[in-house]
Amino acid sequence: MDLSSAQFTSIFNFATEQGRTLVDLLYLNLWICLGFLVTVAGLLIFGIIKYRHRPGDGEPDQTEGSTTLEIIWTAIPLVIFLYLGWLTFSVMGIVYPPAGKRQPDITVIGHQFWWEYRYPKSGVVTANELYLPLGSDLMLEIRGADVIHSFWVPGFGQKMDAIPGHPNNLFLKPIREGLFLGQCAEYCGSQHSLMRIMANVVSPKEFEAWTKSQAKVPAPPTDKTALHGRELFMSRTCIQCHSIAGTCATAQVAPDLTHIADRKTIGAGVIANNLENLTEWIMDPQQFKPGSLMPNMRLTKSEAHDIAFYLENLK
Amino acid sequence: MTDAARPHQTFNWLADIPEYHGLWSWVSSIDHKQIGIMYILSALGFFLAGLTLALIMRIQLMVPMNHFVSQDAYNQIFTMHGTTMVFLVGMPLLFGFAVYLTPLMIGARDMAFPRLNAMGFWIFFFGALLLYFSFVGGGAPAAGWFSYAPLTEKGFLSNPGIDYWALSLLVMGIGSVATGINLITTVLTLRAPGMSLQRVPLFVWMILTTGILVALSLPALNAAIVMILFDRLLNTHFFSPAHGGSAILWQNYFWFFGHPEVYILILPGFGVVTEVIPVFSRKTLYGASFMAASTVAIGFLSFGVWMHHMFTTGLGFWTLYIFALSSLLIAVPTGVKVWTWLATMWGGSLRFTTAMLFATAFIIQFTIGGLSGVIQAVIPLDWQLTDSYFIVAHIHYVLLGGMLFAMISGIYYWYPKVTGRMLSERIGKWHFWLMVLGFNGTFLVMHLLGAFGMPRRVWTYPYGMPMVSAMNFFSTLSAFVLAFSIGLFFWNMAYSFIKGKIAGDNPWDAWTLEWACSSPPPPENFDRLPPVRSRRPLWDLTHPPEDSGRKPGGQL
Ligand code: HEC
Ligand code: HEM
Ligand SMILES: [Cu+2]
Repeated sequence: MDLSSAQFTSIFNFATEQGRTLVDLLYLNLWICLGFLVTVAGLLIFGIIKYRHRPGDGEPDQTEGSTTLEIIWTAIPLVIFLYLGWLTFSVMGIVYPPAGKRQPDITVIGHQFWWEYRYPKSGVVTANELYLPLGSDLMLEIRGADVIHSFWVPGFGQKMDAIPGHPNNLFLKPIREGLFLGQCAEYCGSQHSLMRIMANVVSPKEFEAWTKSQAKVPAPPTDKTALHGRELFMSRTCIQCHSIAGTCATAQVAPDLTHIADRKTIGAGVIANNLENLTEWIMDPQQFKPGSLMPNMRLTKSEAHDIAFYLENLK
Repeated sequence: MTDAARPHQTFNWLADIPEYHGLWSWVSSIDHKQIGIMYILSALGFFLAGLTLALIMRIQLMVPMNHFVSQDAYNQIFTMHGTTMVFLVGMPLLFGFAVYLTPLMIGARDMAFPRLNAMGFWIFFFGALLLYFSFVGGGAPAAGWFSYAPLTEKGFLSNPGIDYWALSLLVMGIGSVATGINLITTVLTLRAPGMSLQRVPLFVWMILTTGILVALSLPALNAAIVMILFDRLLNTHFFSPAHGGSAILWQNYFWFFGHPEVYILILPGFGVVTEVIPVFSRKTLYGASFMAASTVAIGFLSFGVWMHHMFTTGLGFWTLYIFALSSLLIAVPTGVKVWTWLATMWGGSLRFTTAMLFATAFIIQFTIGGLSGVIQAVIPLDWQLTDSYFIVAHIHYVLLGGMLFAMISGIYYWYPKVTGRMLSERIGKWHFWLMVLGFNGTFLVMHLLGAFGMPRRVWTYPYGMPMVSAMNFFSTLSAFVLAFSIGLFFWNMAYSFIKGKIAGDNPWDAWTLEWACSSPPPPENFDRLPPVRSRRPLWDLTHPPEDSGRKPGGQL
C-alpha cells in the first residue's frame, strides 16, 4: 500500500502537544547523555594515548584510590540523575494527568491484527483509520480485545498498551493536520507486523462532516449487482464476524464495514481500497496478510466481485 | 590420585591430562574445571545457533516486504534467538566462568558441592536440548523471550512451542538455583587461609553477588512458569483476563525475575573486565572498595526496578514515579564502575593485548548501552521509545557490546590457563576490529530505526520509507561482518588449541591465585598455595612490601 501522502514518521516530527513536550525532554536528556559519553570516551582515548606501554617503561605507581575523587564521581551523576528524576516528575504530570471522572472521547480497541475505533459521543464505529479534530484536548481509552497490543503513533508522543481487562488512557492534543502513521508496538501474534494505524488529523469542520457521514446508515443498494452482493454477504459466513449498520449483520469480532467505502485501505493498511483489491481480498485475505484472522472462504471470483461491489457502495 | 603419588608432574596441554581422556571422563566428571569447560563449550555452540537465527532475521529485514521466511517462522526465530542468547548462551557462559574460576581464584580444590555442580550442568544441557527439540516436535515457541500472557494461553498459541519453552526454562531454572547456591557456599566457606572477603578478587565478589541474585530471582520465574503450564495443560486461568485472570500478573512475575536476570548476565562480565584491566595496566584496581560496594548496591537495587519494563501498561502515577527513581539510582553504582575502570587505566602502563582491547571496547559500548538505559528511565521517553528498535539497540549494547565483549575478553585472557596454549594475537586483532565494526554497524543505526517508528519483533516493514529501508540494509550488511568476525574467533580457538604457543603458568604476569598453578591446572588444582596477604598474592611474591617502599596492592 502506498502511504506516501503520509507525514514522515519520526518521533521528532510531532503532531501533538504531548509529542512536542516529549521531544523537548528528549533533546535535553540526549545532551546530558552525550555529555557523559564524551567525557568517558574522551578520558579513555586520552588515557590510551598517554599511558600506552612503551618499551623500557617500568612498573607504574600503584595508586590505590582516592576517597574524595570517588565520592565526587558518585555524587555528580547522582545529582544529575536526580535532576532527570525531577524532570520525569513534572513532564509526567503534564502528559499523563489523572483521568478522574472524565469520559473518553474515543475508545481504541486492539484486536488481533486490526484496530477498532469507537466514538461514544456520536456513536460512530470504524476501523484502522482514525480521525481526530485539530486543536481539541482528547482523551483516548485504550483497550485490548484478545491479547496485549500497544497503540503507537510516533508523531503523537507516548504509546499505550491495550490490555484485555485493564483499560488505559492516552491524552492527545493534535496541533498539526495530516496523515500520521503508527502501528501496534506490543508483539501480539502471527501478523503483529501488519497491524498499522492510520491517524488523520483534520480541521474541526472536516471532523464534523466526517462524523456526520459516518453516523448515518448507508442507503440500501438499488443496483442489481450490489443487491446480489448484499444477498451473498448476508447468506455467507461474513455476518458471523462483521457488522453493517441497518442490516442483520451485527457481529463484533471483525472490522465494522458500515462505511467501508470511505476507507482508503483494507486490512489495516496493507492494500489500497478499490474494487479490484477488495475482490481479491474477499477471495483470499491471506495472500495480502498471512496470519490474518479472516479466513479464505473459497468464493468464486464473480461472487467476490459482487460482494465487493456492494461493499464499495457503503458510503 | 594423591599429591604424593605425583608430586611434580605438570602438563602444558589440556589434552595431555590423563584424567581428562575419553568421553566418559567428561560425562561422569565432577571436576569443576571440566564442568566449567563443558558449560562454556555448550554456550559457544548455542551461540552459533543463536547467531544463525539472528542472520536469518537480518536477511528477512534487509529489504521491505521481504518473504525470505514466513511471518510465523520469523516469530519463532526471534523468540528462539532471544531465549537462546539469554538462557542458553549468557547463563551457561557465566556459570562456566564462575565454576571454572571461582575455586581456583580462592585457592580451593573444587566447588562446595561438586555433584550438585555436575547436576546443574547436565540439567541445563538437557533443558537446552528440550528447547531446540521444539523445532521438530510441533513448532518452536513464538511469544518472544518474555512470553507475555495472554498470548501464551492455549487459545492463542495452540502449538506445543510454549510448553517446550516453559518446561525447558523450568528445568534450567532449577539447575541455575542449585548452581547459584553452590557458588555462594563455595565463596563463603572454601577460601584459602589468609583470604578474607576483602581479599578475594573482584571477579569473585561479583560472582558471589550473581549467585545471590540467581538464588533469589529465578524462583519467581519458576513459579510463574508452573502457573503458565497449569493454564495450558490443566485449563486454569491465572493469566487469562477473559476468565477473570490477570495479564499483568505475568509481567510482574517475569520482570521480578527478569530485571535481576540482566544484572546476573552483566555482573560476571564486569568481573572479567575488572580482572583484565588492572593486569594489562600493570596497576592495582583503583578504588576497589567502591567497586565492591557498588556491586552490592546494584544487587540490592536490581530487585527494585522491575516495573521499568512495564511503564506503558498504565500503572498509577506514584508507582511509575518510584520505579523511575530507582531506575535512575541504579545508574549511579553502574557509573562508579566505569569511572573505576578509567581511573585504573589512568597512569598505568597499558598493554593492548586482544583481551585488553575487548575490555576497552566494552567500556565504551557498555556506557552507550547504559546511557540509552538512562534515557528510558525517564518515563515519558520510555513511553515513546519502548518496544521499538531503540530497545533492540539497547539490549544489544549491554548484552552483546557489554556482556559478550567482556566474556570474549575473558576467553582471550584465560584460554592459556584453561588449555595451556596461547590464542593467536594476530587473528585476535582481526577478530577484534571486525567485531567492533560489525557490532556497531549493526546496532548503532537501530537507535534511529526506533526513533523512525519501527517497532521491535516485526517480520517486515512497508515500502516507501527510504530511511528505514536504507538503515535496515546497512544493519544487515554489518551483521555479516559481525558474523565473519565470530567465525575468526572460533577458528582462532580451534587452531590455537592445536598450534598455539605453549602458555606457561603465568603468561600475562597476572597476580590472582589461578595463575599460581600450572596451565592447564592439574585435576587437584594446587600443590601448594602461596601466602595470601593482599588481593594480589602473586604480585606480593615479586614485590615484597619493603622492596621499593610502595604499599602492597589491593588492600581495602
Ligand atoms: C472468521 C471471521 C470472519 C469472516 C467469516 C469474515 N471476515 Fe472479513 N475480516 C475478519 C477480520 C478478523 C478482519 C481484519 C483483518 C485484518 O486486518 O487483520 C476482516 C477484514 C475484512 C475486510 C477489511 C476491513 C478493513 O477495514 O480493513 C473486509 C472488507 C472484509 N473482512 C470482508 C469480509 C467479507 C465480504 C466476508 C464474507 C465473505 C468476510 N469478511 C468474512 C474476519 C472475518
Ligand atoms: C551476534 C549477532 C546478533 C545479531 C545480528 C542480533 C540481532 C537481533 C535482532 C535483529 C533482534 C530483533 C528481533 C526483532 O525484534 O524482530 C534481536 C533480538 C534480541 N537479541 Fe539479538 N542479535 C545478536 C546477538 C545477540 C546476543 C549476543 C544477545 C544476548 C546475549 C542477544 C539478545 C537478544 C534478545 C534478548 C532479543 C529480544 C528477543 C525478543 O524480542 O524476544 N542478541 N537480535
Ligand atoms: Cu497488536
